[in-house]
Amino acid sequence: MPILPNMPVLDLVKSFKLKTKQQELLIRVSILCLVYVLAFITRLFSVLRYESMIHEFDPYFNYRTTLYLTQNGFYDFWNWFDYESWYPLGRIVGGTLYPGLMVTAALIYRILHFLRFAVHIREVCVLTAPSVAGSYDNEGVAIFALLFTFYLFVKAVNTGSLAWSLASAFGYFYMVSAWGGYVFIINLIPLYVLVLLITGRYSMRLYVAYNCMYVLGMLLAMQIRFVGFQHVQSGEHMAAMGVFFLLQVFYFLDWVKHMLSDTKLFQAFLRITVTCAVAVGAIALGLGMLSGYISPWTGRFYSLLDPTYAKDHIPIIASVSEHQPTAWSSFMFDFHILLFLFPAGLYFCFKRLSDATIFIVMYGLTSMYFAGVMVRLILVATPAVCLVSAIAVSATVKNLTVLLRSKNKGVQTGSTKGSSSSKASSKALLDQSQPFQKNGAIALLFGAFYLLSKYATHCTWVTSEAYSSPSIVLAARGAHGSRVIFDDYREAYFWLRQNTPPDAKVMSWWDYGYQITAMGNRTVIVDNNTWNNTHIATVGRAMSSYEDEAIEIMRSLDVDYVLVVFGGVTGYSSDDINKFLWMVRIGGGVFPVIKEPDYLVNGEYRVDKGAAPKMLNCLMYKLCYYRFGEMLTEYGKPPGYDRARGVEIGNKDIKLEHLEEAFTTSNWIVRIYKVKPPNNRW
Amino acid sequence: MEAPIRATEFLRFTLLSLLFFVCRSSPSQDLLISNAERRIDLTSHIVKVYLTLKVENAGSTPTSEILLAFPPTQVDHLATVEALVTKGKRKKTTLARLDVKPTELPDAPNGTKYFTIYLSNPLNSGESTTLEVLYLFTHSLEPFPAEIGQSESQLVYYRDSALILSPYHIKQQTTFLKTPSTKVESFTSVEPTNRAGTEMKYGPYEDRPPYSFSPILIHFENNSPFPVVEELVREVEISHWGNLQVTEQYTLVHGGARHKGVFSRVDYQSRPNLNGVSSLRYLLARLPPRVHSVYYRDEIGNISSSHLRTDSRKSELEIEPRYPLFGGWKATFVIGYGLPLQDFLFESSDDRRYLNFTFGCPLLDTVVDKLTVKVVLPEGSKDPSAVVPFTVEQHLETKYSYLDVVGRTVVVMEKKNLVPVHNSPFQVYYTFKPIFMLAEPLMLASAFFLFFVACLAYLHIDLSIRK
Repeated sequence: MPILPNMPVLDLVKSFKLKTKQQELLIRVSILCLVYVLAFITRLFSVLRYESMIHEFDPYFNYRTTLYLTQNGFYDFWNWFDYESWYPLGRIVGGTLYPGLMVTAALIYRILHFLRFAVHIREVCVLTAPSVAGSYDNEGVAIFALLFTFYLFVKAVNTGSLAWSLASAFGYFYMVSAWGGYVFIINLIPLYVLVLLITGRYSMRLYVAYNCMYVLGMLLAMQIRFVGFQHVQSGEHMAAMGVFFLLQVFYFLDWVKHMLSDTKLFQAFLRITVTCAVAVGAIALGLGMLSGYISPWTGRFYSLLDPTYAKDHIPIIASVSEHQPTAWSSFMFDFHILLFLFPAGLYFCFKRLSDATIFIVMYGLTSMYFAGVMVRLILVATPAVCLVSAIAVSATVKNLTVLLRSKNKGVQTGSTKGSSSSKASSKALLDQSQPFQKNGAIALLFGAFYLLSKYATHCTWVTSEAYSSPSIVLAARGAHGSRVIFDDYREAYFWLRQNTPPDAKVMSWWDYGYQITAMGNRTVIVDNNTWNNTHIATVGRAMSSYEDEAIEIMRSLDVDYVLVVFGGVTGYSSDDINKFLWMVRIGGGVFPVIKEPDYLVNGEYRVDKGAAPKMLNCLMYKLCYYRFGEMLTEYGKPPGYDRARGVEIGNKDIKLEHLEEAFTTSNWIVRIYKVKPPNNRW
Repeated sequence: MEAPIRATEFLRFTLLSLLFFVCRSSPSQDLLISNAERRIDLTSHIVKVYLTLKVENAGSTPTSEILLAFPPTQVDHLATVEALVTKGKRKKTTLARLDVKPTELPDAPNGTKYFTIYLSNPLNSGESTTLEVLYLFTHSLEPFPAEIGQSESQLVYYRDSALILSPYHIKQQTTFLKTPSTKVESFTSVEPTNRAGTEMKYGPYEDRPPYSFSPILIHFENNSPFPVVEELVREVEISHWGNLQVTEQYTLVHGGARHKGVFSRVDYQSRPNLNGVSSLRYLLARLPPRVHSVYYRDEIGNISSSHLRTDSRKSELEIEPRYPLFGGWKATFVIGYGLPLQDFLFESSDDRRYLNFTFGCPLLDTVVDKLTVKVVLPEGSKDPSAVVPFTVEQHLETKYSYLDVVGRTVVVMEKKNLVPVHNSPFQVYYTFKPIFMLAEPLMLASAFFLFFVACLAYLHIDLSIRK
């Protein structure tokens, strides 16, 4: 509602004056535009500070596949068997990825080229990112698809329209094609329906929306090869199917109730039907489970329900930092005032309970739980938290402005005729406690404005400081405060790309697999896809064995080069020596000859003189510290002083028998060794 | 009395043989070279030969064509031949450039290849003139051993002849060779041969008949890196809005002795004078003045190790590859920069426009095996024609860039085996109507206009069926 100007204004301005609806549209459009602009430019920090490049690990695979898609077309992409990864097994790329992201980027690229915008596919990929520009990951389109599906589904529930639920099925299809997180939708929506059923909010609208969305969404999802028949065969999707049948029972009961006029008879019938339905469902589920037709829950799903599960059973999942439970500090860091506004928003949702607000509440609560279990799922929770907090802010500001305006109305009764009777009555109530309320409201409004502006600056700061580093290029402050760039990763990958045979096989820890194939264009033994635990364990075993034993493993895998990441010179702490215990654990999980205690001294992980003998002579130690004993890293420290761990290394006289140093980058971050051919016997 | 008869007989014989040669349309016996001095510079990987010839017309007819002969193995590596003639007498000498063209002769012995120098004024009988000839060879130093370790120095072979190959009789000749260091492993001796410091002297040799040849082999140390650009594509895009955008794609390789075995960073960093002396650490590119928005990147992103120094006359871009290049190691990269258009685009007298730009590779002291220069003319340009001071292969292409409808005409010029001497200006002429400049802004403006009209229409038209 506009506040009409009381004072006389120029006729000219009056003639340009907009109607209420137009004013609202103008304000809405301009606010949204400002939000988009801010959201866009905060994401550009990494591009401005570094360059337009792909970040981190997984995005490199996505980029490589997108490049393949744009160069070779969709059918080749869909049938792509990648010989360059998981040597000698290979990977069926088309059947083991979610193609939504790549197809979206390729489509944008095609459209831009059709309109004759000669952009490079890399630029499209860099800007198709969920967080900052460059992190070209599935979440980039998946978060949008997730919210779009939810929006359409709630719209379908509100209207009961087939068109909306059809649209939400397609939204769901897009989500399935984009990210494995679609399991969240296929469990949250049935849960929501169940809650509506329990709270007695069953309606024909709900029936139409859910049935159409579920059946069509399921059929569409089956078109994605990676998902296949999981909707009918996997334990994680059974809740949706159960709710689907439950809805049919509800509908049937409704019909019977309509037909039977006798309440008593209906009650008896209800009891029998519900019991039968539940029993049949339970038996079907049990049979499916027993016969193996329905697969049990996967480890990843378990680890969401029980955060300690991965630590004990799946070291590969536990070894990834983004799969760790979220720390309180990072909640505070990321959400700032939203953490306090979130409960307030929930309160306002409960206050105005409707089908839609129930959904928001459920989405907020479940995603908040998942965000607590796994760091990376904060991304899923963020939209919900923003939404709920926005409801809180909006409701607060609205109430406060009502207070303010009600006083104004008292002055200028003549100009506002159409005020509702309820507002008039509230005005009467408010008039009794006037000046305090008015001033309080103004103070509170300013407070809210202050908080929101603080929040915006905090978010910009967080984006710029914490999330804008590409992690391929490392930056540090030099001695004179100048910025020093460590571009060692690309130096090594480009060396591999240019100066090794095109069919060379590179062995490294799986973290660097995607980068080596994308930037180095060479075949790797294992990569970030981590689908074959045994293969990764073999690499872990080679890294943690003595050189003579490791060479046997490497020869059996046809390894030509070994790549290790070493931060001892620069003080870069996420290097292979610090990841080494995970290699031992994962290797030992499959090959019991590798035992974690052999590498520890009294349960302590050391690399200096007091380290365990197995540690000092295993392949990883030798490759990282080869000839490091001659190196002076820091003034006033002995040669061979490891800056990442702050100790002088324990084994300075490292001899390599079967490998030779092929390349070391300028800051020693990446070291590449060549496997020598076997000695001639004659 | 015998002697005069013999003399006349000899004269008759020579005359006969001369006649015989004239009939075979070979002009060689008319001319002779009274003095030849050759200086071969072996200090870098481009072999520079300076040849001073004193040519005498001993025949009776004036001639204006002088032949240079090259063995077929050298001709493949010959990048350029230039000839200058000294004019004027004593103190007022000036140098004038002469035309040099490859020539085929039917009776060339052992596949000898020829170049003809065309004198501006015919050389009359009995006259003599002094020619300065400069020619350059690429890929003529053969590393031996072909593979070296990181701490070894690079040794190369150079093959040539102690005598200058020529279709003419040479009365007196000397050859000087300059090696980069005093370290010479071995050399063929053709008496008289002297070596002092970095210089070797073959000769003087007196009265050698045509096509004399005496192969020599010199094995010496040459630790300079051999930067070879296997392929260079330069794209020059003209925008009449005031910018000239240049994009250069390099495939660089170190053409010296191949690297063998270990690359040890610790040795390379701590003893740079002993380790990897022949490695290629950085390159210098000389760019035009007033260059802006320079970038240096490759397929996987920006390369941060580069420095740009500019002054009013030139710009120098110092680039380091991501890693030092040892023999046989490769690096591909792209350099791009913008230039103000008014420095390079001019209007010719016949109302056409022409671009005046430098052919060749801006990297100093590099050999380019294959160069492609693409001049992208603005959309709507017509009748392109290129003027290049040497022979190049030419064709036209079409390129689509931002907001192009009919595409831009691209003049493509290709040349093989280039050395820095080829960095000479060339021109591309074309006609262009300035009205075409407005096409793209108008398209964008109309697109936005239509968008806003659509928004207006959407807000004002009620499309619902129900009222």
